[in-house]
Amino acid sequence: MSTNPNPATPTNSDETIVKKKLGVGFWLCVAWLGLMAFIALFTPLLPLKSPTQNFLDTTNGRPPYSPSWKHWFGTDKDARDVFARTLHGARISLAVGFAAISAGFLVGGTVGLISGYFKGWIDRVSSFVFIVLLSFPSLVLAILLTSLIERSLLTISLVLGLLSIAPVGRLARAATLQFADREFVLAARQIGATNRRIIIKEILPNVAIPMSSLALLGMAVAVVAEGGLSFLGLSVEKGITWGGLIQLGSESSKTLEEAPWIAFFPILMLFLTVLSLNFAGDRVRNYFDVKETTL
Amino acid sequence: MNPLDIVRSEAEPLVETVEIKTHFKTPRGIARAVDGVSIQIRRGQSLGVVGESGSGKTVLSRSIMGLLPRNGVIREGSVRYQGQEIGNRTPKEMRSVWGREMAMIFQDPMTSLNPVMKVGKQITESLRLHLGMSASEAMTIAEKLFRDVRIPEPTRRLNQYPHELSGGMRQRVMIAIAMACGPNMLFADEPTTALDVTVQAQILELISEQKRDRNMSLLLVTHNLGVVAGYTDEIAVMYGGKVVEKAPTKTLFADTKMPYTEALLRSIPRLDQPSHSRLATIPGRPPDIVHPPKGCRFAPRCAYVRDLCLNEEPELQQASTPDHTFRCFYPVGSPEYLERKVELTRKGELVSTGDLS
Amino acid sequence: MAGTGKAHLRNTDDVLLRVEDLVVEFPIGRTGLKVNAVSGISFDVLKGETLGIVGESGCGKSTTGRAIMQLPSPTSGSIVFNGTDLTTLSGEAMREARTKIQMIFQDPISSLNPRRNVRDIVLEPLSIWNRGTKAEQLATVDKILEHVGIDPERAAESKPHQFSGGQCQRISIARSLVLNPQMIICDEPVSALDVSVQAQVVNLLEDLKKEFGLTLVFIAHDLAVVKNISDRIAVMYLGKICEVSGSEDLYRNPAHPYTDVLLSAIPVPDPTVAVKKISVEGEPPSPVSPPAGCRFNTRCPNASDRCRSEEPTLREIEPSHFVACHHPLFGGDAPVTVRSN
Repeated sequence: MSTNPNPATPTNSDETIVKKKLGVGFWLCVAWLGLMAFIALFTPLLPLKSPTQNFLDTTNGRPPYSPSWKHWFGTDKDARDVFARTLHGARISLAVGFAAISAGFLVGGTVGLISGYFKGWIDRVSSFVFIVLLSFPSLVLAILLTSLIERSLLTISLVLGLLSIAPVGRLARAATLQFADREFVLAARQIGATNRRIIIKEILPNVAIPMSSLALLGMAVAVVAEGGLSFLGLSVEKGITWGGLIQLGSESSKTLEEAPWIAFFPILMLFLTVLSLNFAGDRVRNYFDVKETTL
Repeated sequence: MNPLDIVRSEAEPLVETVEIKTHFKTPRGIARAVDGVSIQIRRGQSLGVVGESGSGKTVLSRSIMGLLPRNGVIREGSVRYQGQEIGNRTPKEMRSVWGREMAMIFQDPMTSLNPVMKVGKQITESLRLHLGMSASEAMTIAEKLFRDVRIPEPTRRLNQYPHELSGGMRQRVMIAIAMACGPNMLFADEPTTALDVTVQAQILELISEQKRDRNMSLLLVTHNLGVVAGYTDEIAVMYGGKVVEKAPTKTLFADTKMPYTEALLRSIPRLDQPSHSRLATIPGRPPDIVHPPKGCRFAPRCAYVRDLCLNEEPELQQASTPDHTFRCFYPVGSPEYLERKVELTRKGELVSTGDLS
Repeated sequence: MAGTGKAHLRNTDDVLLRVEDLVVEFPIGRTGLKVNAVSGISFDVLKGETLGIVGESGCGKSTTGRAIMQLPSPTSGSIVFNGTDLTTLSGEAMREARTKIQMIFQDPISSLNPRRNVRDIVLEPLSIWNRGTKAEQLATVDKILEHVGIDPERAAESKPHQFSGGQCQRISIARSLVLNPQMIICDEPVSALDVSVQAQVVNLLEDLKKEFGLTLVFIAHDLAVVKNISDRIAVMYLGKICEVSGSEDLYRNPAHPYTDVLLSAIPVPDPTVAVKKISVEGEPPSPVSPPAGCRFNTRCPNASDRCRSEEPTLREIEPSHFVACHHPLFGGDAPVTVRSN
């Protein structure tokens, strides 16, 4: 019996099925992510205080200053505005997250799609490579690689991208395998479609759904990973990152006790962003899952 | 037991539904899957429930068995087993009835059998639970049951997993499990649809045999009119959640009253028809059970439709014998029916192809 | 029974498809074993004819249909379509040959891409082969959709899951017609449909066959449906052909015990006809290790020693009626073959 609890109901009819909604939560997440993306792109243009300037204010005593109208998120020990720094942090953290997952998808997704479709030796080789890549503890590998190289936005993104190739590839392969044996692919072949056309026009639109869900979830992982790296001081050199800010804000228990806002706000931003990515990714998967079972 | 009691219990229906309604809440509205169905099955009798997709036949059998999902189900009417109301029982309460009194076999034995449990264990489990047998007692009985359902090499098969058996064998296992506690009533929901025709014949023969030997009642749900013709005493034809015709099997075929039944019978290709005979079709599609049409549910597709049909729902009425009921204002053989038939035959429209839907 | 016999092949000019000694084997992983799906069968189809191939699961009928399309390529044998042996064609030439033979499948919904609009699906073949301008292509698609009973406007904005099973099957049929093929192979096209919808699709196929001058190969397990639509029927069992004959003859005078079993197993929608006791036990043996001699010998009520050792070949027992059996139901036992050692 299918997951349809009512086997008697025709699940299709002249009137369109009421679309299962993605939900208010989903759209809230999208709004937050949109906001973050906006910030990441346009921070330099926004009328923010400078993130590096020291806003010493002798009338207020010694920094760090607690949150006030002048400094919404307060300042850190060097009187730098936390709000401005947090927003600037979004740039690198999100940029890395996005670039990493894009690289991973481009390479991993393509390899996975091709192995799942053609199977045979291509599949055996790529599966082996995936297994090897997955066998390395990713954080350790990330730390190792980043400590060896010149740490720029590009290189950090590439390292994280490299680590995402295997998981993305495996999912792409699994999703492709699911569809490659369906009759509509056979039908496409028998009307004369070339393999390339089949992969692009028949398989990709179907595989894109679970992949887009994975993209959101994957980006969450990448952002957290970058946060971890930057907490350890291994992310982009001289850049302002959430991880770095968190590290600075939690250097000592004294800092955390006396000026919790220095760490708190970057943590909050990171948390909300990752939560939004995860939640949105999950909702996307649910939404399209329903359609699959209706089929 | 008092002989009068025996006679009475034989005459009373074993299972009975009275105007049972099963509605589901769906995003589009309430789906009236079963919309007022009354049937009776006596001891040792077999009732075939025939219909196409969306007719409600599967939901009907699940409603009687008590196997509906808990959420979003509205039920009205009553379901009685041996005179007692069981329609409002919880699954917990029903557990004593399932297996012992009522057993069921479904269409796809692969999903009905536990894939990670050996088949022998699946039978002994039932025996130990319901009849309190010891493990070795149950195993002996299980082997006997396997022999009864003609599974070759029963001892070896008892130790196999479902995926090691073919579809036909799995169905035999299902039947063995169903028969294990000697139930009074067997629900068979499309038991042979997924099987090859020779295996189907064997399985139907087996079910028939078991029914005879155990004096069991049988509710056979299927879309295959050939199957009901050979294996049932009485047939109920369902359409759009209602029973549109009910009659003893021979009567249904010989004296069909409802145009839907007639159309269904005529749309089946038969071996004794010459090749390239045009098959009679029923244009259109099954009705929307969320927003059923006003009037007779079959009216939009009926070749003999008239205004009354589109506006009023026909009630069940008797045909020439009290055990034959149907729902139609202008049944087969009525003057209006014949009049229309002449018209259509003249136009050459009586046998139509599918149409734009 | 064996299909290794070509007595039933015809040599007239209007043979559109001629399959000889078709063998399709599938290796099973790395076990070294193989599934003998089709083990040497031959048959032909005349232009404008409908050949029905009938048999139960595991007999190889679907595999045969797909092998004709080289999907996948058969292990051995020749498939001559319109004078060209398809097995000798290279990738590109094969791709092109495929436009003349089209196929429709069993599961109506899964044979259509769930993510594409129906109209695009039907347009796809024309798009691949660049037949005419976009406007011409759309016009052809709309015309054919109407022909099969689907509203073109609705098709343009709807996906397959918004249609019923019967409608999806019509869409598949439309897709297969768009390239104007000569032959359509129907692989269990109505098995997944309701009875009344089956009738619609069968009638539709007959109409389209007449109108477009098609040749059909109709593969199914339901002998009643096959008999209705076919001119000629081949009965398959475990990778071999048992019997080939005109539809009427097959029904009236089945010669092969298996055909007889199939016929008697079909439930008749008539309660006055007594249900025949099925005379065959168990299930077909596995195609991985088929029995020696006649493959039906393990279940045949008439099996003799000869059946267990010698494979029968197809021979004519009445005009246009061929059977591969040592002891057919009529026509006398097969003559003893002289073995030359």
